[in-house]
Amino acid sequence: MEMPAPDARILARKSRVVERLQQVLPHNAVIHELSETRAYECDALTAYRCAPMVAVLPANTQEVSEVLRICHQEGVPVVPRGSGTSLAGGALPTADCVILGVARMNAVLQTDYDNRIIRVQAGRTNLSVTGAVQAEDFFYAPDPSSQLACAIAGNIAMNSGGAHCLKYGVTTNNLLGVTMVMMDGSVVEIGGAHLDAGGLDLLGLICGSEGQLGVVTEATLRILRKPEGARPVLMGFDDTEVAGACVSDIIRAGVLPVAIEFMDRLCIRTSDTFANAGYPDCEALLIVEVEGSEAEIDAQLARIIEIARRHNPVELRESKSPEESAKIWLGRKSAFGAIGQINDYMCLDGTIPVSELPLVLRRIGELGREYGLDVGNVFHAGDGNMHPLILFDANKSGDLEKCEALGAEILKLCVDVGGCLTGEHGVGIEKRDLMWHQFSRPDLEAQMAVKDVFDPAWLLNPAKVFPLEASQPRRQAAVAAQ
Amino acid sequence: MKTARDEDELAETVAAACGPLAICGGATRGVDLPGEVLSTGGLRGVALYEPGALTLVVAAGTPVAEIETLLAAQNQQLAFEPMDHRPLLGTTGEPTIGGVVAANLSGPRRIQAGACRDFLLGVRYVDGGGTVIKNGGRVMKNVTGYDLVKLMAGSWGTLGVLTQVSLKVLPRPETQATLRLSGCDMKQAVRAMSAALGSPFEVTAAAFDPGVGEVLVRIEGFADSVSYRGGRLGELLGAFGGAAALVQAAESAAIWQRIRDVAPFAHQPGDVWRLSVRPSDAPAIAQRLNAEALLLDWGGGLIWARVPEGTDLRARAGQFDGHATLVRADAATRARLGMFHPQSPLLEKISAGLRARFDPRGIFNTGLMSSLQTQDA
Repeated sequence: MEMPAPDARILARKSRVVERLQQVLPHNAVIHELSETRAYECDALTAYRCAPMVAVLPANTQEVSEVLRICHQEGVPVVPRGSGTSLAGGALPTADCVILGVARMNAVLQTDYDNRIIRVQAGRTNLSVTGAVQAEDFFYAPDPSSQLACAIAGNIAMNSGGAHCLKYGVTTNNLLGVTMVMMDGSVVEIGGAHLDAGGLDLLGLICGSEGQLGVVTEATLRILRKPEGARPVLMGFDDTEVAGACVSDIIRAGVLPVAIEFMDRLCIRTSDTFANAGYPDCEALLIVEVEGSEAEIDAQLARIIEIARRHNPVELRESKSPEESAKIWLGRKSAFGAIGQINDYMCLDGTIPVSELPLVLRRIGELGREYGLDVGNVFHAGDGNMHPLILFDANKSGDLEKCEALGAEILKLCVDVGGCLTGEHGVGIEKRDLMWHQFSRPDLEAQMAVKDVFDPAWLLNPAKVFPLEASQPRRQAAVAAQ
Repeated sequence: MKTARDEDELAETVAAACGPLAICGGATRGVDLPGEVLSTGGLRGVALYEPGALTLVVAAGTPVAEIETLLAAQNQQLAFEPMDHRPLLGTTGEPTIGGVVAANLSGPRRIQAGACRDFLLGVRYVDGGGTVIKNGGRVMKNVTGYDLVKLMAGSWGTLGVLTQVSLKVLPRPETQATLRLSGCDMKQAVRAMSAALGSPFEVTAAAFDPGVGEVLVRIEGFADSVSYRGGRLGELLGAFGGAAALVQAAESAAIWQRIRDVAPFAHQPGDVWRLSVRPSDAPAIAQRLNAEALLLDWGGGLIWARVPEGTDLRARAGQFDGHATLVRADAATRARLGMFHPQSPLLEKISAGLRARFDPRGIFNTGLMSSLQTQDA
């Protein structure tokens, strides 16, 4: 993955930049020795690494504003970083950049149960937002797999989803307001505790902009009352196509489960061996979870099971207790870890129309055989968000490149059947150069024009999202203007 | 008036325009704008409807009624419950889906299911230069590039002319019921609605009609579930005093159509304003408005106010978190007060910047959205 060459003029200004940053931040919040900046050399896309010139850890909006004002004046690119859990390289530094980490901004500013909102500093982790309100039986709905570690700032940047978004939506559907610092250091307030922010929907625009429009320092989030209960049913099928048809029938029947998860044979076997979940030996497995009172859960599961029976399942296992629920989820939740135990893998994130599931699974199998690499499939079936896992050997020369080429083919396939390159991980550097497959030049120009408005100098996370060739004239012009 | 038969023709019309264009769907919202009217009424039809994937792709000029009929046949619906402005404004015409999306119209279910923008999966639009742009798609999870889909929703045609929209649809609940709690003042009402919305019983609407002192709380779903939740909510709301009664199915649906369309204000004199506020602030703000009549939706988060013609309601409201939109007034009042709430200078600057990029010649709906431009209109 190519990144722009560092600007020698910026590197030459390093000591001045460090000095200026030290004037506005506590000493331990400015990290500039190579031995320490290395800690920020990559995110969860670990195949690509580059230590930044400097990393800063501001503690509040004012400090973020000072940092950005200085970087703007000095013409230094800034790469915002949440908790560094991006699978797309969203927080990958360049050697001439300042990494702006939000980890020290993790306070809860306000909880308001009457209005069902929480206001937090954006560095707070996803799970600890729920942690702050769970004593009152409330929760924050978006639940990315990395929720123990990932920050709200990164969730907003990538518009993160999770297993339960079929019912509760993704980050953008649960975000009511932000305080955001623009690249020139000015601070803007958008939205608040009311349900619809006024004027143009800038909140919707910022969510998912991958840290390219501004640095969000505080966020107002919707919190919801926990349902009375939740229980899953597990179903096994001999045919992935039949499992796909079953998903579609459940949705059509008017039941709206909170999650519908799908695993294929490779993932079933690997995670079963790893976690001893007692999964059946079959081609496809669905886990469907519903919420409500005990009686409501029973009634919904009965409807779902009735639909499933028409598709001749090889196994139907309805959970009757928290222990049984945990056992059903165990294998699914340990799927990534289980595969990681036996192999290196690359996790893709394309979304497809649910109706194309059988075709796409068949083609992925064929492509895997062509490339000589195994691909496992585990994903959110209710919304078509696939997570193909390509197994490869990082120590084998050429295997990573082969894996990336296969990944690109699979993502193009997702686009070709009416889907998209990424459902919840973001573009980052990983899918940057595949954007041409989904968008025309005018489509991309319209998006880049938005960045022109928010960050005319193209200093915020500049080499991400857009194909380098497409963004080059703008990045070049910004450098020339300095 | 210009009309186009398809997207290409619409793009050519925009490219060839040499003056302001007033973008028009079904003309039900009674907004007069300078320039030649450009109608999207010729862009009609369903491009794709997959009930099993909860997805609908439709041309922007398609009537909402046509879409609702199509969905109802599959027991599905537009869950964001868009308002029909005709009763309130006394307008004629046929609401189009493009008009609904352009104004991000969301009814009572917004508090639980989400707003129009939350159901919008993709758009195609013609920008100010006459270029066709697409963003988003037809799948439910999509973070590929910037989300211009949300930006286009609620941009009132100031950034582009929508030609096609993709929407997530939802199953139509088997039945519904409404709990009516009488004898409440506004403070009690907002507290009662907050308690209902903070319960695990999945309330899908909560409104208060101060005229009759009645709190209305809706539950939807399978019959056994609605019956169970209705009972539990009745117990919960009993604590707020007054008598609670449960109204079923069709009668319940009629209540919410009235709330959705602000029907109590139809055929009543005066201007109508819509305020989006923090729910717990509603009683204090409502008192300052000194209105002829009020109606609260969204658990108190949405205040409808009817005031004498020409009243500067924003001056009465004073400072508050949220915004006030002028929905019904004569042209002079609209011009004097502006339909949209003034924003902070920085937000105004960003919005103006976006508008200048999407519509460099400034031909789309001049006089809408920006408070400065509204003054000129």
